[in-house]
Amino acid sequence: MPVIEYIDAIRLAMKEEMERDNDVFVLGEDVGLKGGVFGTTKGLQLQFGDQRVIDAPLAESAIAGAAIGAAMAGMKPIAEMQYSDFMFPATNQIISEAAKIRYRSNNDWDCPIVIRAPIGGGVFGGLYHSQCTESVFFGTPGLKIVAPATAYDAKGLLKAAIRDPDPVIFFENKKCYRLISDDVPDDDYIVPIGKANVMREGSDITVIGYSMPLHFAMQAAEELSQEHGIEAHILDLRTIQPLDREGILEAVAKTGKVLIVHEDNKTGGVGAEVAAIIAEELLYELDAPIRRLCGPDVPAMPINPPGEKHYLLNKEKLKAAMLELAKY
Amino acid sequence: MAKQIIEITMPQLAESLVSATIERWLKEPGDSIDMYEPICELITDKVNAELPSTVRGKLVKHLVGVGETVGIGAAICLVEVEATGATDNVANPVIQQSEAAEQPSSPSTSRPQLAGAGSGGATIDANAPMRNRYSPAVQKLAADNGIDLNRVPGTGEGGRITRKDVLAAVAAGAATFGTSSNGVASIPVSAPMDPKTQVRSSGMHLSESPRIPSVETQAQEAPGRGEYFIDITPVRNTIATKMRQSVSEIPHGWMMIEVDVTDLVLLRNKLKGEFQNREGINLTYMPFLIKAAVNAIKDYPIMNSVWAVDKIIVKRDINISLSVGTEDSVVTPVIRNADQKNIAGIAHEIDDLARRTREKKLKLDDIQGGTFTVNNTGSFGSILTQPIINYPQAAILTFESIVKRPVVINDMIGVRSMVNLCLSLDHRILDGVICGRFLQRVKENLESYNSDTKLY
Repeated sequence: MPVIEYIDAIRLAMKEEMERDNDVFVLGEDVGLKGGVFGTTKGLQLQFGDQRVIDAPLAESAIAGAAIGAAMAGMKPIAEMQYSDFMFPATNQIISEAAKIRYRSNNDWDCPIVIRAPIGGGVFGGLYHSQCTESVFFGTPGLKIVAPATAYDAKGLLKAAIRDPDPVIFFENKKCYRLISDDVPDDDYIVPIGKANVMREGSDITVIGYSMPLHFAMQAAEELSQEHGIEAHILDLRTIQPLDREGILEAVAKTGKVLIVHEDNKTGGVGAEVAAIIAEELLYELDAPIRRLCGPDVPAMPINPPGEKHYLLNKEKLKAAMLELAKY
Repeated sequence: MAKQIIEITMPQLAESLVSATIERWLKEPGDSIDMYEPICELITDKVNAELPSTVRGKLVKHLVGVGETVGIGAAICLVEVEATGATDNVANPVIQQSEAAEQPSSPSTSRPQLAGAGSGGATIDANAPMRNRYSPAVQKLAADNGIDLNRVPGTGEGGRITRKDVLAAVAAGAATFGTSSNGVASIPVSAPMDPKTQVRSSGMHLSESPRIPSVETQAQEAPGRGEYFIDITPVRNTIATKMRQSVSEIPHGWMMIEVDVTDLVLLRNKLKGEFQNREGINLTYMPFLIKAAVNAIKDYPIMNSVWAVDKIIVKRDINISLSVGTEDSVVTPVIRNADQKNIAGIAHEIDDLARRTREKKLKLDDIQGGTFTVNNTGSFGSILTQPIINYPQAAILTFESIVKRPVVINDMIGVRSMVNLCLSLDHRILDGVICGRFLQRVKENLESYNSDTKLY
């Protein structure tokens, strides 16, 4: 089984789906000739032509709006937002149109679009190139939101998203692009939307998260296992909307101590909803207060390196929080 | 001979004190100290005191400087003593303390040996801060498996029993950690209390809204018991709240004065028949008393005030609260601007308020805004009462029974109609001198009523 990078897994998913289905096309800023600012769509225009890999104007609202219209007319568009930070001009299209059209038209219309948007910091990009915007869309019924942490999940989830009959936001972590690589099978597979995945089995504490911070959790878990004999159970949500309630409850019940991590800021984040689900369903399995380790509630990722380091999660922060919870 | 350094700590000098300040050291480092010998002088909010030594030895070091304030229990100096058993129970040896401090710092290393903790001779520190904090998971597991948590060692932070500790105990077997000798899985000793059970630490629970009695006040006969229960009515609850607030917040002072009201009695007897015909209401002594009190308040306006911690609020309006009792309660309807009314006017107000109180037709407005309370306790035949101030007013005056008594006047004995006036006062605002003068003025006013006094 070949080991490939996270970014290649995303490109492969788009390539294979475009080969499989002529209705699938890509549009976004610089996705064609340049192949995307990160190289995610490299080679696609060469293979599929400029009618299926479209360089769009610098207008996210138009990118989303055109994609929504095409989707309602029967196409399967993949709209790329160059950075999730740039997505806000398109929020009205996404939240008011894409998310609601099936409900509003009583099933006469649907909107099978995928919106890809890179999230996350750690690239010295400052406030316009580092945000995690998932909490803006989280809690909007009608939208599905996925945020893979591994190359395997990135490919499988993007394929599932493209084939899904409803709008799916695909938050890929730009820090993961070249940093993360893992086994990705050659054959056509999908990762079902709405299913969490146990990344590591353990009995002392449960760590729940999505996207990049899970890798810090995995590294910290290894060290804690060797140094303290603490075994962490790590759950990758993979899909943050709809949340895998059963998966969450099962993972928490294993240890009774739960730490929720994400890079997005703490207040109003996905972790708050996960904590609420646990609190509602699982009081009698809890052995410690539910803990969250998230980005601080500041307006934006600082651009100065020490500030960015302070903002971002890392292995040491995860390890300290996990150890504290294990000792509790 | 073995020497030992011990700490002298700040003692609890009085019940409510949390700290004390070193005023002066009486012993310097190197000085020898005898048992009970003063080592320093302390200043506190309540007392200034010398601190006697609890040991015999040599002062090694001051830990707290002159003028510094330290909390109760803090070490203030080190004393070198000879290591005999006798002193050990008086003060804590430093060495023992440092050992104790090291104990809780090892949970991380002890964690991998968790499984062994149950079967081995693990010690249980019943005083560990988190020892009795059971998580829901721990309680559930203990209840499900019949584990007595008192016997399970805790390896969590602060000695907390973790879910894993209980699982280890379950694995070790109920024989070691079971709840009781008969082996039945029952609720642990420290089972959580039913949240619906009211916890009453003392007295009535005044924060909760009172239950309104369903049909009648007396009910709920508990069979086979020599008692029965009466539900607290809303008005009873209000009275209780106000009375408690008054008694606990206001330092009550009390005075009494004796007044010769012989002339007032004659005056009233002369006027009451005509008044009844003309006004349709009974003429009591109360309007006369209230008029006398109001005129005295005008001379001593401080009687008409409220304590506001950083200031005293003196009310310009004189609104007299009148205590009106019914079978099961007491209310204080208000005669507004009593200083602007004549005796007949006050008589009408009293009659109206008393009637509406009995008919339960008082409006909220009728019972608010009082500035001084007058209570006609004499109607019960009482000659002496110690009234509770109508919070937040400054004073309350009672008018006792008028009784005929032999009184010495000009070295002759005469039969006079005498009455006692009792005054409870907020001693934060008022003192004996001002209240004495006030009572004297009320007495003068009452005694100056005569057959020429006009009601209108």
